[in-house]
Amino acid sequence: MSFFDGLLGRLSIDYLPQDMITQGGAASMALIGLFAIAAMFYFKKWTWLWENWLTTLDAKKIGVMYIIVAVIMGLRGVADALMIRVQQIVGSGGGEFVNSDTFQQVFSAHGTIMIFFVAMGLMFGLINLVLPLMIGARDVAFPFLNSVSFWLFVAGMILINISMMIGGFSPGGWLGYPPLTGLEYSPGPGVDYWIWSLQIAGIGSLLSGVNFLTTILRKRAKGMTLMKMPIFAWSVLVAMVLVIFAFPILTATLGMLGLDRLMGMHFFTSDAGGNPMMYINLIWAWGHPEVYILILPAFGIFSEVVATYCQKRLFGYKTMVYALFAIMFLSFIVWLHHFFTMGAGANVNAFFGITTMIIAIPTGVKIFNWLFTMYRGKINFRSPMFWFFSFVMTFTLGGMTGVLMAVPAIDFQVHNSLFLVAHFHNVIIGGVVFGYFAGLAYWFPKIFGFTLNERIGKYAAICWGVGFLVAFLPLYALGLMGATRRLDHYDASTGWQPLFIVAGIGVAIIAFGIFLQLLQLAVSIWQRKSNLDTTGDPWNGRTLEWSVPSPAPFYNFAISPVVTSRDPFWEQKEAVKRGEKPEKLRYEAIELPKNTGVGVIIAGFAFLFGFAVIWHIWWLAAVGVIGVIVTVIIRTSNDDTEYTISADEIEKLDRLARAGKGQTA
Amino acid sequence: MRGVNVDVLNPMGEVAMKQKNLLVFTTLLSLVVILPVFAMLIIFSVRYNASSKKKAAYKPNWEGNKAIEAVMWGIPCVIILVLSVITWQSTHDLDPYKKLDSDVKPLNVQVVALQWKWLFIYPDQQVASVNLLQIPKDTPVNFTITADAPMNSFWIPSLGGQVYAMSGMSTQLSLIANKTGDFKGSSANLSGSGFADMNFTARSSSQVEFDAWVATLKNSKNQLDAVSYKELAKPATVDTPLLYVLTQDGLYDTILMKYMSHGSHHVQVEGTE
Repeated sequence: MSFFDGLLGRLSIDYLPQDMITQGGAASMALIGLFAIAAMFYFKKWTWLWENWLTTLDAKKIGVMYIIVAVIMGLRGVADALMIRVQQIVGSGGGEFVNSDTFQQVFSAHGTIMIFFVAMGLMFGLINLVLPLMIGARDVAFPFLNSVSFWLFVAGMILINISMMIGGFSPGGWLGYPPLTGLEYSPGPGVDYWIWSLQIAGIGSLLSGVNFLTTILRKRAKGMTLMKMPIFAWSVLVAMVLVIFAFPILTATLGMLGLDRLMGMHFFTSDAGGNPMMYINLIWAWGHPEVYILILPAFGIFSEVVATYCQKRLFGYKTMVYALFAIMFLSFIVWLHHFFTMGAGANVNAFFGITTMIIAIPTGVKIFNWLFTMYRGKINFRSPMFWFFSFVMTFTLGGMTGVLMAVPAIDFQVHNSLFLVAHFHNVIIGGVVFGYFAGLAYWFPKIFGFTLNERIGKYAAICWGVGFLVAFLPLYALGLMGATRRLDHYDASTGWQPLFIVAGIGVAIIAFGIFLQLLQLAVSIWQRKSNLDTTGDPWNGRTLEWSVPSPAPFYNFAISPVVTSRDPFWEQKEAVKRGEKPEKLRYEAIELPKNTGVGVIIAGFAFLFGFAVIWHIWWLAAVGVIGVIVTVIIRTSNDDTEYTISADEIEKLDRLARAGKGQTA
Repeated sequence: MRGVNVDVLNPMGEVAMKQKNLLVFTTLLSLVVILPVFAMLIIFSVRYNASSKKKAAYKPNWEGNKAIEAVMWGIPCVIILVLSVITWQSTHDLDPYKKLDSDVKPLNVQVVALQWKWLFIYPDQQVASVNLLQIPKDTPVNFTITADAPMNSFWIPSLGGQVYAMSGMSTQLSLIANKTGDFKGSSANLSGSGFADMNFTARSSSQVEFDAWVATLKNSKNQLDAVSYKELAKPATVDTPLLYVLTQDGLYDTILMKYMSHGSHHVQVEGTE
């Protein structure tokens, strides 16, 4: 073994992309990255970036960064989706836009990116932006850990993007079932990129779960009992309990697959005592709670949005809380419905089918509660309500097809077909994506100080709503016609092509909707002076975040609020209308965490470790591990991590902010 | 060339027929909830729109009603209860491991998912074929299924639901064709780069035609034994069906046992060098 073998592991130029599509994608990504870096040098913005964004421990800024990363990855995920649609149109009779191997990497990347980096990114982003404000806190319970979580997320994101430039990605689907993803059938680095990118980002998620749960339990404003909390906060609480219980399963399972691949072990091989069925059970024991982790905060967002824009109390607050807990418990006892066809006996299949159906009950109750919130409300149809409308139509349909597939004997005929693909996109797009988009539009002015252009936002929502139906209803039909998922070509005699063409048109409509959203952002920034949120309360809101100026100051609340009821800000406004005088509160000194680059450094070492393990560069892997440990030790022995703002300073800043000349730090 | 066929909704056998009936029934039952939800959404959106000219009632503090909550929990509970009973019963009735009720003697077929084709072994007839499954009409077929490949899924939508094909495991499925014809079969689980080519034809014919087909295979020059199997199992796709006379006893079991050893499964199949 030469010196260079040890130095560079199995890294070699043989692993550069071989087909034109991947080469084009890698080149574009490299060019964009280089351009961004060059721009930073040209405009001399590195110091500003480091001091104001990369080292910040302000949850609102971390939230903005999560959302920016999620949007960028969303564009990549949609590009993957477009490629899938094009290939499945030309694939009638064996035509080729991308070859089979590339196609399998494309759909694996599509699913992995959308779930782990877009959906999770938007979710953690929105929670960071809103949760502390909404419960009357200044920041999350562990601001430094928050930064570590974000940067580990970025490290995972970088790994998955580098795979396109060298090594290629996993061809094993977004969940990577062995034996296909075992050493025998996939010896190359692709599956390893998948494992380590998720392993690193997954640690970040687990830490966020602990962080946000502690924040809710320990950092609520005085007087805000749990049953006075907004439903969004409840939904985050339940989702974070799911994160804490589920993500360790993912870590362990990916770890075992990693050991199989790195050290020739036999956890999930077909022979020598291994059991791939165990992988499938474990990965779905994580995977099912994961989809509830994604949807519950979206439900929480709709609870806030609907109550606010209907100018009415949320119907059935207590029931909403009970429903959340019912969903939380049930989501741990349904996982087998993802593999009814794996040959478990009828008793087992029937049990899991029934538990799966039972989840439909609390979910349905939530939808009814939102509808009854609309009843006898005074509805302002701003764009978040457009998203809500689309959500009810779309998600309910998806829920129905879910109940269908919960019947094992029906599932035998639609499992792994395009019917399944249509179902899960139905609930993820209709529920998770529409919910997060509604949240972004709703809370945008609170973070940035101006509202988004309404008209373009509504057009975007219509494009997504219509585009979704055109893109996915044909897939339900195709599934019933016997079309399996993940096919890159099929016999022309099947007659499937026309439906794929319709689906392709649907994705084009959605892509236009995305273009409108980007246009909306650009136009809104351009027009921001005429859309300033001068009061901090653009929607006649009900909850505490609307009681601070927009953009929200870096300290959130100049004076920590005291709460006596649900919808505390609404009640406060009502009291003022009745002529009651608010209690005069005193300014006090505030302690805030200092900025630190340690999160970036830890994630940097984690990235090096991941890259090294993938390419078998063992010395670099050791550097990565030791680097993380040493950095953590240095940080934990640092006692000087906070600074104080005096009461006078706060009073000055507060008066400025309320006079409309506020600045964030 | 077959016309466009919605296989799941055009069952050609008893199992698929029962599954379709379940699908239709469950869809109709779900509409009991879905349609009122859509109706309420549209009606409430129109009537309570703040910018509509007609003034509607506005009750900003109305947040609960026992009767409504009882109905919104109650009706879904009843529907799910009904569906649960049907689920229990149908899951047992349509268990792939359950043999079909019939006076006709069942046909045994052993299925091996390979990269990237399907091998069908007829142990009682001592023949085998690749990508062509010929079966007699109105005869229950008992499949035992394994793989010498990554995980696959054995699926003939016209005849009934699928079951996974896994190396080192043997799953079972029972299907019956009640009409003659050619039906599409495929693998419903990603198993590597050639997986989209794992299509096969399930051909249901009269008993006479089936017997004639078996006789043709018995006279085939192609022998399927341990050696030719090893060739066949190499990763490759197949353009036209291959037909064999089976000259190795217990080939299916040998394939299955390859994965049961404690060493690597690259152990030689017995009978080869």
